[in-house]
Amino acid sequence: MKPAKLLTPEEVVAVFAKKFGKGILESRITERCEGVGKRPSYDIWLDIDRDTLHPAVRELIAIHFPHLGVISGTDIGDAVELNYHFSIYYGTKHGEYMVTLTVALPKSDLRVATIADLIPGAVFSEREKQEMLGVEVVGIPDGRRLFLPEEFPEGVYPWRKDETGIRDGMVKDLWAVGRPANRPARPAIPPEEEGVVQAAEVAEAKVTAREPAPAEEERHE
Amino acid sequence: MSDDPQKKMTPYTVPIGPTHPALKEPVMFTFQMNGEQILKADFAPGQTHRGIEWMGMRRNPVQIVHLTDRICGICGVSHSLAFARAMEQIMEIEVPERADYVRTIIAEFERIQSHLLWAGVAAHELGFDTLLHLTWRVREQAMDTIELLTGNRVNYGIIQVGGVRRDFTPDQFPAIEETLQYYSDLKSKLLKIFLEDKTIQMRCRDCGVLSYDDALKLCTVGPTARASGLNMDVRVDYPFAAYGDLAIEPILPDAYMGETRGDVFDRIVVRLLEVDQSVDIIRQCLDRMPAGEVIAEPKLAKLLNQFKKAHGEALGRHEAPRGEVLHYVRMDGKEHPTSWKVKASSYSNLMSWIPMLEGEQIADIPIIVASIDPCLSCTDRVAVVRSGERGIMTKEELHRLSVEKTRRLSA
Repeated sequence: MKPAKLLTPEEVVAVFAKKFGKGILESRITERCEGVGKRPSYDIWLDIDRDTLHPAVRELIAIHFPHLGVISGTDIGDAVELNYHFSIYYGTKHGEYMVTLTVALPKSDLRVATIADLIPGAVFSEREKQEMLGVEVVGIPDGRRLFLPEEFPEGVYPWRKDETGIRDGMVKDLWAVGRPANRPARPAIPPEEEGVVQAAEVAEAKVTAREPAPAEEERHE
Repeated sequence: MSDDPQKKMTPYTVPIGPTHPALKEPVMFTFQMNGEQILKADFAPGQTHRGIEWMGMRRNPVQIVHLTDRICGICGVSHSLAFARAMEQIMEIEVPERADYVRTIIAEFERIQSHLLWAGVAAHELGFDTLLHLTWRVREQAMDTIELLTGNRVNYGIIQVGGVRRDFTPDQFPAIEETLQYYSDLKSKLLKIFLEDKTIQMRCRDCGVLSYDDALKLCTVGPTARASGLNMDVRVDYPFAAYGDLAIEPILPDAYMGETRGDVFDRIVVRLLEVDQSVDIIRQCLDRMPAGEVIAEPKLAKLLNQFKKAHGEALGRHEAPRGEVLHYVRMDGKEHPTSWKVKASSYSNLMSWIPMLEGEQIADIPIIVASIDPCLSCTDRVAVVRSGERGIMTKEELHRLSVEKTRRLSA
């Protein structure tokens, strides 16, 4: 499925700006060049309104069916930001762009429409965002937990930085665990026997020390 | 629990897991079976979720680089490279050109050893253990070279934010050349053994098919996507490190086989040809490798100080042996990132199991599950729930079923 026409990153942004107007809050294009040839690769970042997300993905499909890398998310205080990382024009040598659509969901209303009806593979990442960030994906075809175990408490979301995040008592520091208290005590060594063992060890150490050190030339060989 | 013959015909459920039929990490499968045939498949990952992202958000990027080394036991460089590239973009660090080449060479050696490891596992799942021993023996040459170059067989610890931690020394180049020659000589032998063998053809042709449409819609990546004809390779499409300077084309099965079927066999074809492609990429890198420094900021204290001033968000991508890895990092002027999301290649590929497995037989589960090269795990046991009774099936038993199927076909 080759795209009919390849747009420049600026043209991609223009398509969205024209179609959605105020639905696009902010846009930027970043460029990175590596290697000796310094060939550029482009990332397009679009901050969009929550209601624009679904039609924006539809628009992206009209440009070129996007590959959804992953949805990432950040707790930014009074809101949770979701970033939908797509790539378009894969299969075009040196022509692929990353397109990131960012929506901010206020913590008073953490709902976002599913995009799994357009891209079925998105359900995997949407399930993860539900359990990790406590957002509600409206219309998700499969709302079960993904990575968190069944016995993990409800209402705790590991990536949140507020009171719903991981609580102090839930974290076990391995270094602080120490020797388990319920182990049987070490076998007691009778005092005189202990003395014998120590003496034997000392004797052995002396023998090793008395072994002649190799001559200087030998060691260098 | 009824003697009603009608009841016995209804589909029964076979849970497999939480440790799994092919590789080394745990996932829980639930199959709806009708006799030998899989009607519906479902899976639950995360049986040993380690919360690495949570850990990362409490550490500074230099510590995270070493954490990323340990995300995967096979991809020792892929995650570190993706993470370092994201950080460099946020902090606007220019990576020295020589470091780009060192990164590329290590990444390609990693692909060679990973694909050979996979080929051995695939052969084992089919009951072809002599081939397992052969592929794993030839894999050692790549492992030894990686050890020579980085000091480690796994968890290479070669990547640092801003470059690499060690440069190649002149005396290492003959050893690299020897390894490349070794794999060039081996190419025709490996292709012959895997692709012309009657048993492998019988077990893998038209087995576990993933259509182009499914591959696209389920966001599949890497060799799994390419075997279904989906032209997608980060190294070719999205220039990074030294890849933008090199002549590389994505490996698609129709170029070699004349057609694309999207089955297990096509996945073998793609991976074997990619071993040879990696040899070619390393040769190109050695020819063009510029001289100079390998790290932008060698003083760690200075680097750590710069992290505290970093603001912004960026993506780091890399084509790992299993496909695209993607790291999203966001820094807000603190020592540790505000947000860090790791997307491993298998994360994108797991969904493709469902269309591959449905309609296939129970004895094909191991090879189909292994065919996407999941970074997941080995089945210790399989529990069969039949008419409410639960019997435990061991991994060995499931493996035995697979071997028996091979024998039946060869007879």
